[in-house]
Amino acid sequence: MTKYAFFLGCIMPLRYPGIESSTRQVLESLGVELEDMKGASCCPAPGVMRSFDQMYWMSVGARNLAIAERMGMDILTICNGCFDTLFEVAHKLNHDPELRKKVNKILKDATGMEYNGTVNVRHFVELIYKDIGVEAVRAKAKGGKNLKAAVHYGCHFLKPSNIKKIDDAERPHVFDDIVEAAGMTSVPYKDKGTCCGAGGGVRARTPDVALKMTKENLDNMKAAGAEVIVDCCPFCHLQYDVGQMQLKEYHTPVLHLSQLLGLAFGMDKEKLGLEVHQTKVNL
Amino acid sequence: MAEAKEPNPEFTRKVVEAGGKTVNLCFQCGTCTGSCPSGRQTAFRVRKVVRRAQLGFEEDVLPSDDLWLCTTCYTCYERCPRGVEIVDIIMALRNMAVRKGYMAEPHRKVAELISKTGHLVSLRDEDKALRKKLGLLETPPTVFSDPKALEEVKKISALCGFDKLVTGGK
Repeated sequence: MTKYAFFLGCIMPLRYPGIESSTRQVLESLGVELEDMKGASCCPAPGVMRSFDQMYWMSVGARNLAIAERMGMDILTICNGCFDTLFEVAHKLNHDPELRKKVNKILKDATGMEYNGTVNVRHFVELIYKDIGVEAVRAKAKGGKNLKAAVHYGCHFLKPSNIKKIDDAERPHVFDDIVEAAGMTSVPYKDKGTCCGAGGGVRARTPDVALKMTKENLDNMKAAGAEVIVDCCPFCHLQYDVGQMQLKEYHTPVLHLSQLLGLAFGMDKEKLGLEVHQTKVNL
Repeated sequence: MAEAKEPNPEFTRKVVEAGGKTVNLCFQCGTCTGSCPSGRQTAFRVRKVVRRAQLGFEEDVLPSDDLWLCTTCYTCYERCPRGVEIVDIIMALRNMAVRKGYMAEPHRKVAELISKTGHLVSLRDEDKALRKKLGLLETPPTVFSDPKALEEVKKISALCGFDKLVTGGK
């Protein structure tokens, strides 16, 4: 069984713990073992925290990487924000020895640890696509409903694509392929690939602007006949789930891929944590 | 007629040093603005932010609200025909703005939360109850359940001077 250091982050364990329980169950059934990263913190968020102070952002990120390094494991995250920070910080430290020295000095003074560049950072979607494969998903997804799904990649799963190198950032397919293997139909919609609106500190500072972006995406999804929105990031998840409640006239259920797979694999619905969703999920 | 402003190469150099190293490659084609989901909803024009950084118009760019309308979605970064790393430039400018004391109250609160707790979201009783019901540890096994680990994160904050940025103590 492959083992990963499971990075929790903030929004998943605290606002949508159903995504956490779904991820644990789904990956176990696919032969992936997760171990908790004891004492980990916020990644820290690539939008807000990187905007405030990049040295702090990198140093706290490096601490999280060092915890996984001490465990001797690669990191798994189900969040685009955590993925972006941990991936980008690891990339910067691996490619800039001077910077690594500076960050390691802070890290050592604060924690006694150093980061030596041995950890790979993996995202749930690409782990399933590359290491587990869509056929393994198809074989397990006996309970998958054929609904029209608007797949939302978010921004930081694929981009910046020059360092992430997962899929074509303009016309990706890896996420859609998994959703379809789970029995759904991924519908094309206008401007698919556009930001949910929440990132970069915009939701915290100017929530009305964030919501306008969300509304445009929701209109495009609706026009395509989407019956469910599938995301791979708890922050996009929150923005679509809470955003629809704020906008009132939208009612499309929002599922994180882990919850969609949980449903398709026939897992106990009670353990998917769907009741905290503000936009009701009746699937 | 308004007088033309003088470029300030010194400020541009600071932007480059702070991480916006590709700022001088921009030739103002506007692909970024045309791709920007935030600019579609607001008067934010990312091309203009890059131009102001390029010319060193510090006072036009650092106090500006526009700087904070970028969601860091990277669409412009992906499409730029000159390879300008636009998000990195925005980040460099935002870091400089924060050092000058330009930090909106909601952002200061977010920064305060991570400074105090090591997380950006709070742990409420209802979260604990739901976690328990789902068969998860009531308190996540993070800094929330390890005071020593939280001290480490706080030390990093002090070493970077981040704690002072948050409290506004310059």
